[in-house]
Amino acid sequence: MTDHTPVASLALGNPWEALRRHTAARIALGRVGASLPTAEVLRLGLAHAQARDAVHTPLDFDALASDMLSDGWRTQRVSSQAQDRQTYLLRPDLGRRLRETDALALRTIGTIMELAIVVADGLSSTAVQRHAVPLLASFRTVFETDWTKVPVILVEQGRVAIGDDIGEALQARLVVVLIGERPGLSSPDSLGIYLTFAPRRGRMDSERNCISNVRPEGLDYAAAACKLANLCRGALIGGLTGVALKEDSDFPPSLP
Amino acid sequence: MAYRSTVGTSGYVFADLREVMAKASPARSGDYLAGLGARSYEERMAARMVLADLPLQRFLDEALIPYEADEITRLIIDRHDANAFAPVRSLTVGEFRHWLLLDSTDSAALAAAAPGITPEMAAAVSKLMRNQDLILAARKCRVLTRFRNTLGLPGHLAVRLQPNHPTDDLHGIAASLLDGLLYGAGDAVVGINPASDSLNTMQGLWRMLDEVRERFDIPMQSCVLTHVTHQIRAIEQGVPIDLVFQSIAGTEQANASFGVTLGLLREAHEAALSLGRGTLGDNVMYFETGQGSALSAGGHHGVDQQTCEARAYAVAREFRPLLTNTVVGFIGPEYLYDGKQIIRAGLEDHFCGKLLGVPMGCDVCYTNHAEADQDDMDTLMTLLANAGLTFIMGVPGADDIMLNYQSTSFHDALYLRSLMGLKRAPEFEAWLARMDIADAHGRLREVGRGHALLRELPFMHTA
Repeated sequence: MTDHTPVASLALGNPWEALRRHTAARIALGRVGASLPTAEVLRLGLAHAQARDAVHTPLDFDALASDMLSDGWRTQRVSSQAQDRQTYLLRPDLGRRLRETDALALRTIGTIMELAIVVADGLSSTAVQRHAVPLLASFRTVFETDWTKVPVILVEQGRVAIGDDIGEALQARLVVVLIGERPGLSSPDSLGIYLTFAPRRGRMDSERNCISNVRPEGLDYAAAACKLANLCRGALIGGLTGVALKEDSDFPPSLP
Repeated sequence: MAYRSTVGTSGYVFADLREVMAKASPARSGDYLAGLGARSYEERMAARMVLADLPLQRFLDEALIPYEADEITRLIIDRHDANAFAPVRSLTVGEFRHWLLLDSTDSAALAAAAPGITPEMAAAVSKLMRNQDLILAARKCRVLTRFRNTLGLPGHLAVRLQPNHPTDDLHGIAASLLDGLLYGAGDAVVGINPASDSLNTMQGLWRMLDEVRERFDIPMQSCVLTHVTHQIRAIEQGVPIDLVFQSIAGTEQANASFGVTLGLLREAHEAALSLGRGTLGDNVMYFETGQGSALSAGGHHGVDQQTCEARAYAVAREFRPLLTNTVVGFIGPEYLYDGKQIIRAGLEDHFCGKLLGVPMGCDVCYTNHAEADQDDMDTLMTLLANAGLTFIMGVPGADDIMLNYQSTSFHDALYLRSLMGLKRAPEFEAWLARMDIADAHGRLREVGRGHALLRELPFMHTA
């Protein structure tokens, strides 16, 4: 009489599957000899495939712009100086800089504004495609500003700091960057939000505030929008963002 | 001073020793990001040919980063042991490779020479070595360390159990810890990367790990991988801390970006020693490193990333660590682009660390934006196990749900044991046998529902 739960006919299960309720970690996987059961090899492979797709599938900007438009946002599309995904991955510096022609175009919009929103593909197009529109819809209900004056700039091959170039060109007091975070196996679609007061090229990461892991299974839209609204109010009143602005100044180990 | 080389009709000039080193380095994205990499395949070989003919002594005469400008250079030069250097002092870098690979150069000779070898010498010779050379030479290096068990014995491989949780939930961490112990992992250290920066939260982690260790009398050590200043403060408050952790790098400026100096590390080392918690030895530090950190911090001084990394091992050996871990693929593709670059870097780091006398383990890992996958990790872990690696990571299913990257799993360690007959730290292996988790040969037993760990550990923190 054995005491284990069989994973499959030849694999040995582990009698502590119940502990999975405490963690999303891959525990109690069972084994065949020293090795993973086939089902777990496939499960891990699928998660990796989804994370790879999140990095390498180009964001569908037409679909995103159209979703934004039907939600009442006016958008403008720009690119970083990284011309393709491989350059983007190898040259983070280029992903932080706005293409010169786009910078000129944004300057022509240039009435001084309180808030500009930047939506960049970052390292997960999946995250942006899924969460940018509902998150912004939620944000609009909890934060007061003249929303007719808030442009949404959609960025191809963008990193967090491209918000500085964009905010500077637009003369925005505050820039909010929504960006696809580096995908993990259990979270291929995490959206990150970065807030920078008085954006201009050369701002340090310590001068930003971050809200991380925005997705229904992580920080949901309503909670994220609420946090963002609080931070925005604090930033506009205090005239700063970054470590000196409390509420949520935790930074992930590295920016996307 | 400029260095010249001629290949056929092409002449190559390298402005200084830094440029020779950078151009001689196997291709990797970080050196190109820094604008230091060779401009052609032939230029790389020309630089290697220059390097092969340079006397080792040159690295003592020409500092890559000036003595006056950098406390790591000062550490390297001031600590250099001329007597230990004597057996190799007349060699060129090319001849040094020969010396390392000679059958007659045994573990004792390598250990005796270690204090005479500088990181720059180790990095230089590694650039002339193929992967098989890095494996063969590293395998002869022995670095034994002890705290509550013995690590680094030949024919052994230890595992750092890494039970991370995105919100530091004690039940979640306990579940992963239990999973790891029942899979026979945890002899190197149980080390948690906390999500929180709060000392209160971390106190809970330290206390939980210590309670579990005491309750089940496990010959292991624990660590919470937070900044060294938090750990010093926690020690002052009487928190039971085994190993003190810090990320370190190979230049003063890069260390400053981590918020540390040699002085602060000395203070932390003394604080850890003051607790006297090691039963078998007093190796109390755990360091992590990784190629690219100096460039990332804007503190590389025009030195290639592999040489900067080797300099971090001079920092490590100053504090006689229990463990040093190169987190090889974590930093991302702008520093190590693909599986090939990650594999090469892992072998270089392990070799350089061991040659300098550092107890090297490797977080064989990658992120999802790197051109790598689990097959590349299988290759690297198998090569490193052959090279005599001290420890690897054990993460449930290789998926770290807090740090969002893939490392190695408890199963991966079992694979290496099964393939190569590698043992765990003897004291830990004996504990596994006592607990009926493994048999007398270290092979896992089937654990039933009634096992003491299963009955008690998950409920130790529900009260």
